[in-house]
Amino acid sequence: MSVISIGKYEFEPLDKVENFHGNQLTYINWEKHLMFCSPVCLPLPSEMPFGALVKEVLPGVYKKHPDFERINWDAVKWTLNGESISPDMSASLAENGFGHKSLLRFWTPGLDGIEGTHS
Amino acid sequence: MAEKRKKKLGIKQRYSMLTRGLDWETSYQPMDKVFPYDNYEGIIIHDWEGWEDPFRLTMDAYWKFQSEKEKKLYAVIDSFAQNNGHLGITDARYVNAIKLFLTGISPAEYQAARGFTHVGRQFRGVGPRVACQMQAIDELRHAQTQIHAMSHYNKYFDGLHSGPHMYDRVWYLSVPKSFFDDARTAGPFEFLTSISFAFEYVLTNLLFVPFMSGAAFNGDMATVTFGFSAQSDEARHMTLGLEVIKFMLEQDERNIPIVQRWMDKWFWRGTRMLSLVGMMMDYMLPKRVMSWSEAWEIYFTEAGGALFEDLARYGIKPPKYADIATKEAEHISHQAWNIFYNYTHAAGFHTWIPEKEELDWLSEKYPDTFDKYYRKRFEHFAEEEKAGRRFYNDTLPMLCQTCQIPMGFTEMDDPTTISLRSSEYKGNTYHTCSDGCKDIFDYEPEKYIQAWLPVHQIYQGNCGGAEVADVLKWYNMNLGADNMDYKGSPDQKLWDEWQAHRVKA
Repeated sequence: MSVISIGKYEFEPLDKVENFHGNQLTYINWEKHLMFCSPVCLPLPSEMPFGALVKEVLPGVYKKHPDFERINWDAVKWTLNGESISPDMSASLAENGFGHKSLLRFWTPGLDGIEGTHS
Repeated sequence: MAEKRKKKLGIKQRYSMLTRGLDWETSYQPMDKVFPYDNYEGIIIHDWEGWEDPFRLTMDAYWKFQSEKEKKLYAVIDSFAQNNGHLGITDARYVNAIKLFLTGISPAEYQAARGFTHVGRQFRGVGPRVACQMQAIDELRHAQTQIHAMSHYNKYFDGLHSGPHMYDRVWYLSVPKSFFDDARTAGPFEFLTSISFAFEYVLTNLLFVPFMSGAAFNGDMATVTFGFSAQSDEARHMTLGLEVIKFMLEQDERNIPIVQRWMDKWFWRGTRMLSLVGMMMDYMLPKRVMSWSEAWEIYFTEAGGALFEDLARYGIKPPKYADIATKEAEHISHQAWNIFYNYTHAAGFHTWIPEKEELDWLSEKYPDTFDKYYRKRFEHFAEEEKAGRRFYNDTLPMLCQTCQIPMGFTEMDDPTTISLRSSEYKGNTYHTCSDGCKDIFDYEPEKYIQAWLPVHQIYQGNCGGAEVADVLKWYNMNLGADNMDYKGSPDQKLWDEWQAHRVKA
């Protein structure tokens, strides 16, 4: 549907990728660890290797959780925009299928959050 | 002999003389050009005279009545200030509820005044026009009297100095701001459905009762008196909300699906905004009134249920996703408090982990959810704090494109999984927090792609800088005073000093 209006109603989206100074927005959620209240939002270069996201970005986001250092990264299950992926650590985010405002979710089997409450 | 004096007019007659027949059919310009906004939304009105005034109030009576209330209110506000009323509150943590109200609700009252001023010009029927003009004045009065009633706290406590400025900039205040902007940029009938009906009629008790009884329970007499002073206005606003719905529904059956869609939309937007009130009730009142889920049961499930039974004769159904919202009442206050606990370093009020007895109260009030999902999380936070590592989330959150709240709400059939929805529009992706918010986006994507999402704006460089400290300065917040945990705050320090004096005395 479209807006019912008194005249022409067309606008530029406020969050076009070109507004982010060479980065694209990436949303990330560590599933079943709700001590972090919501997914996070980060502006990242699309050429960043996926491995750098894991090794350099995720610790800054999640290391305060006692489960973080126990993650077995080989066992992690990833979805990107709702589809399961097996990311290539050396390939870039773009090559792994990340676009502007992509949502990356990851599950860490065996880690159930604070005292098993998914916190 | 002078002519025998005529008898005074009866109330009804007098009312009719003062409110009817005051305008005319224009002849130089067609009426559609004079009132260009009252039919484009698709609402069909055959007879504007079919509008029944929900309250027969003339302007002179209105002034008289309001000024009497005003005199009483300001007498109480003065005496509250002279008697150092702030010393009588239960605990300084309570003032954080006032901070949320003054920055989130009072500026919204002003937005409501603007909205009603606009629609009070745009209806060609004189009945709704007069009703909207009076409500515009009420809303302006509410904004002013709230600011006056609460200004006393600004002398002693942090975070109360810059409400309107913050309202336009701060991340969580974009929630009420976007709600009112959405309503004010709709047509006049949708505006009345959103504010007068969904907000003032269906949901208002969930806003005012918690805040005003919270104030009463916690010794805040200035705010309680404001509440009493606004009560008769609110009663009028509620009747206006119901009247406008009945008017639309009775005028033409083609109006029914339009009204239903607006009700669905504004009910959902309203419940999302009220999650802030839910957390205030369950977490921010040192002396609690009732739980959010109890309030929801009384004021929505029961009262709303009766209302929608009444509207069923017009073919109106209860709002879509009301069942989800009712399930959420068991969770939403805890999830919202977690959001603010995570990001208190960027907020204009304090958060804290409830004391043990307060956690027990939550366990008792939420027997099916609190221990299972939330208590351990908060106890973990408390332990971290004790160890000198008060938890703050260092990364900005993902926001819902529609309600603008961080995506902290979960699926109701699986409360350990965040509820995430998305839509594609003209090659871009837009994320929403729920089916309710997604439906709203999908119906009018062109409107919501313009959303000023605070997190995205920070990353675009439009909010004072890249560091949290830069952004807070741009918000006009005082770092280290307005933000961070209640423990260790200047508010707490001052309060504890007062208490120590009191013990000595």
